[in-house]
Amino acid sequence: MGGLLSYFKGLFGAREMRILILGLDGAGKTTILYRLQVGEVVTTIPTIGFNVEQVQYKNLKFQVWDLGGQTSIRPYWRCYYSNTDAIIYVVDSADKERIGISKDELFHMLREEELQDAILVVLANKQDMAGCMSVAEVHQALGLDALKNRTFQIFKTSATKGEGLDQAMDWLSNALQSRK
Amino acid sequence: MSSFKRDKKEEEDGGGNPFQNIEKTAVLQEARVFNENLINARKCTQILTKILYLLNQGEQLGSTEATEVFFAMTKLFQSKDVILRRMVYLGIKELSSVANDVIIVTSSLTKDMTGKEDLYRAAAIRALCSITDATMLQAIERYMKQAIVDKNPAVSSAALVSSLHMTKIAYDVIKRWVNEAQEAVNSDNVMVQYHALGVLYHIRKSDRLAVTKLVAKLTRMSLKSPYAVCLLIRIACKLLEEEDTANDSSLFDFIESCLRHKSEMVTYEAAHAIVNLRKTTSHELVPAISVLQLFCSSPKPALRFAAVRTLNQVAISHPAAVTACNLDLENLITDSNRSIATLAITTLLKTGAESSVDRLMKQIATFVSEISDEFKVVVVQAIRALALKFPRKHSVLMNFLSAMLRDEGGLEYKASIADTIITMIEDNPEAKEAGLAHLCEFIEDCEHTSLAVKILHLLGKEGPRTKQPSRYIRFIYNRVILENPTVRAAAVSAMSQFGALCPDLLENILVLLARCQMDTDDEVRDRATYYSHILKQKDQGLYESYILQPLQISIPCLERSLREYLEAPSDTPFDIKSVPLATVPTEEEKQATVQKTEGILTIGPSKPIPVSREENYTERLSTLPGIQTLGPLFKSSEIIELTESETEYVVRCVKHCYTKHMVLQFDCINTLNDVLLENVRIQLDPSEGYIILSEIPCSKLPYNELASSYVILQMPEDLPSCFGTFGAVLKFIVKDCDPTTGLPETDNGYDDEYILENLEITLGDHIQRLHKINWAAAWEAAAARGYIEMEDTYSLSSTNTLEEAVKNIVQFLGLQPQERTDIVLEGKTTHTLLLAGVFRGGIEVLVRTKLALADGITMQLTVRSPDSDIAELIISAVG
Repeated sequence: MGGLLSYFKGLFGAREMRILILGLDGAGKTTILYRLQVGEVVTTIPTIGFNVEQVQYKNLKFQVWDLGGQTSIRPYWRCYYSNTDAIIYVVDSADKERIGISKDELFHMLREEELQDAILVVLANKQDMAGCMSVAEVHQALGLDALKNRTFQIFKTSATKGEGLDQAMDWLSNALQSRK
Repeated sequence: MSSFKRDKKEEEDGGGNPFQNIEKTAVLQEARVFNENLINARKCTQILTKILYLLNQGEQLGSTEATEVFFAMTKLFQSKDVILRRMVYLGIKELSSVANDVIIVTSSLTKDMTGKEDLYRAAAIRALCSITDATMLQAIERYMKQAIVDKNPAVSSAALVSSLHMTKIAYDVIKRWVNEAQEAVNSDNVMVQYHALGVLYHIRKSDRLAVTKLVAKLTRMSLKSPYAVCLLIRIACKLLEEEDTANDSSLFDFIESCLRHKSEMVTYEAAHAIVNLRKTTSHELVPAISVLQLFCSSPKPALRFAAVRTLNQVAISHPAAVTACNLDLENLITDSNRSIATLAITTLLKTGAESSVDRLMKQIATFVSEISDEFKVVVVQAIRALALKFPRKHSVLMNFLSAMLRDEGGLEYKASIADTIITMIEDNPEAKEAGLAHLCEFIEDCEHTSLAVKILHLLGKEGPRTKQPSRYIRFIYNRVILENPTVRAAAVSAMSQFGALCPDLLENILVLLARCQMDTDDEVRDRATYYSHILKQKDQGLYESYILQPLQISIPCLERSLREYLEAPSDTPFDIKSVPLATVPTEEEKQATVQKTEGILTIGPSKPIPVSREENYTERLSTLPGIQTLGPLFKSSEIIELTESETEYVVRCVKHCYTKHMVLQFDCINTLNDVLLENVRIQLDPSEGYIILSEIPCSKLPYNELASSYVILQMPEDLPSCFGTFGAVLKFIVKDCDPTTGLPETDNGYDDEYILENLEITLGDHIQRLHKINWAAAWEAAAARGYIEMEDTYSLSSTNTLEEAVKNIVQFLGLQPQERTDIVLEGKTTHTLLLAGVFRGGIEVLVRTKLALADGITMQLTVRSPDSDIAELIISAVG
């Protein structure tokens, strides 16, 4: 009986995966969300609160929550942690000054009980900007080496140019499917 | 569908409301499913419905609970279910005021209001505006402006109405949307146009010129929406009421032209507006009345009701105009709608002839038991008006009222009947006996303590002066046996009045009072003991001051004085004479309250007990330095304008009279928005004998704010020189300032002055009005107590009618007319005016003036007062 059920689940793409897109303000979270959903660059304004959209990638359905990154809104992230399958953490590679804050927020978040099983994807965004940090530098600056017991990967992306997002989503789909 | 079936089944079972037994904690528990990954839209919709139901039933959520539900609700944004989303909007609106951090849904709502789904957009705007405060408004300003001019009428209306609500918290932001609102006024949609006009008017409301321009422009362009036209009529009316010019302006023409509008709503609004304008002449009234007349025979009940209701209101101010509709109103008497019938009858009662009264009363009696209390009150008010108009019909009316008294009804209804009977008794001596008999019968079975007390008081006042006072004693004493302590106490007081005024009943009253001294209630025993002791003295003078004449000092002032006395104990006993007297409301004030209550259906919060001028001012004056030494405030005059209205500076004066001092309060308003006045003071040129003790300037007078400056004067010892004319000049330092910020541009101002009108100190400023229950007794008692009497005869050349003479005398002397002698009966050539009052320092003044009309008016004036100087003063002041 159980086998039959899982067979059907596999056939219909199973349940929606719940993904949070987090990161400091102006990192490009909303742009990434709509790039994933409609495949275009939309003009965005600072998100006060959140955006939630259904995203279909290949045959997988994701329920993607893009939470605002302003200092005043970050405290509310935790209201949306429960039942999260994966976190896409977006970093502005050109913002060297605040990379430290970004790191603190990331580790603060990863300590949360509800997110212990969530897969982490770090996107070093805005790679098209001149003088930005490389993937390795971002990796270094965020101190990702210290992460233990966590499935994670870092990618370089440019949301406006659409580069690197496919690789990241491919990896994420595989990671989510293989976990089951 | 299945739920529908279930609902139906429950209804058949008598289950009725499916939400009847839901409980807050259970529902909040259920709301946790909002957090689940996969949303069951139908289930969540139901839970949200329950939450909304609870909130609408008055259930209160704590801020933590509300916040928790609110955040759980935000998770529902992942569902694409249209019904659920719209429920979420409602939930947001309900919780936005209790939950914290509601701005979390700003982005989601902004997206919905600009998105493609039309079903979301309007509701999202409303929800968004409910969570937005003044600081966040800027973030959504662009979207709101777009929404106002959106092609979708629902979106545009929602944005406009929300803007209107937001003006309360962020007027300055909304003000910037005027261009968008202007564009929306041109919309083809009736609602959008109406809402847009509302917003435009609200934005410009404070700027009269802008409103005038707006109205002028819109009246020319003929709005499509009848709602907008109605609003425009109301705005135009407001302008008309404010304007000083006559009605022949273009505004009135516009309203009049609306009488011919094709929409019934607009024609009614225009007619209603015209009849309610204060300055409407009877000529202008005619077309409006004929519109209402037409509506009286409309097949639509709402129109008939509106028309007859308006006619009912106008019947008070313009009875002649309404008479034209009498025939149509007659037809409405039998209308199947009781409300319409009642209003029609009461209108006819107000306008009809004496001959039709009997018929109408019979008609109304057939269904008076079927209408609600509110409408019964309307009927009673009509009867009151009728009784004043046709005193000869008192027996028909009185019988009708007493029948109504016997019916079931609430306090308000019963009180209005009792009031009407009391008015009839006071105004019409013929009706007195019958009225008192009806009231006696009523208190035999009256469940309202306040009414019973009021009627007992009246019996005590009027009963002893009837032909057969003894017949009332039984009714009063029955109350002592049967009622609650409050009523018993009132009955004891009423009986003592009989004892004091009817010597042949005194022995019996004393026996009854002796029985009352055994009462179980303290107050009743105290009163009985007090009265029987005084009555046993058999001294008319004592009766006069301790039984017949009630305490005439102002109760709030007495309370304050006693408190002060207790706080600062001294050896001298408390002097009750130092407490200011209660003021008798002047005729105008009385009339104002009567006018207010005469409109129909005045159901509302009961008015606060009026506080006299003196009590109001005492609070304010007590903060002035040096005021304590002057003693208690004796009298405050009415407000006197010392400038023309519409001048640069407006100054009003109030004269406060103390025992030996006069404090002048100058209320100043600066109407120039580009100057700031400092050190504002009044330079007085007092008449001889007055000494200026101190001046208290007002340090700053910004634009459009009221501030007061004071002058304290010592009055001359010599009484006649107390009256005079003072010259007054307003002096100040002017500083130019920025009109928008109100901040001065420079530090150096320059001195300037402004000549004010002269200020007169008259006899009336020194005299407080006093009401005597029994003037004749007081007049006799005055002679017995050795008051000085002075008399003189004058001929009044400037006045030609008795009414005018009476008015002038009352105004000049500042005394209170007694026993309604200020009303001159028509056609009489002689009249006696009785007056009473107190001169400052607590000296009583009684005045009797006999007037005779024959080639001008001759007046004989008699004054009785304990102080000869004051008696002489009054005699000489008149000459």
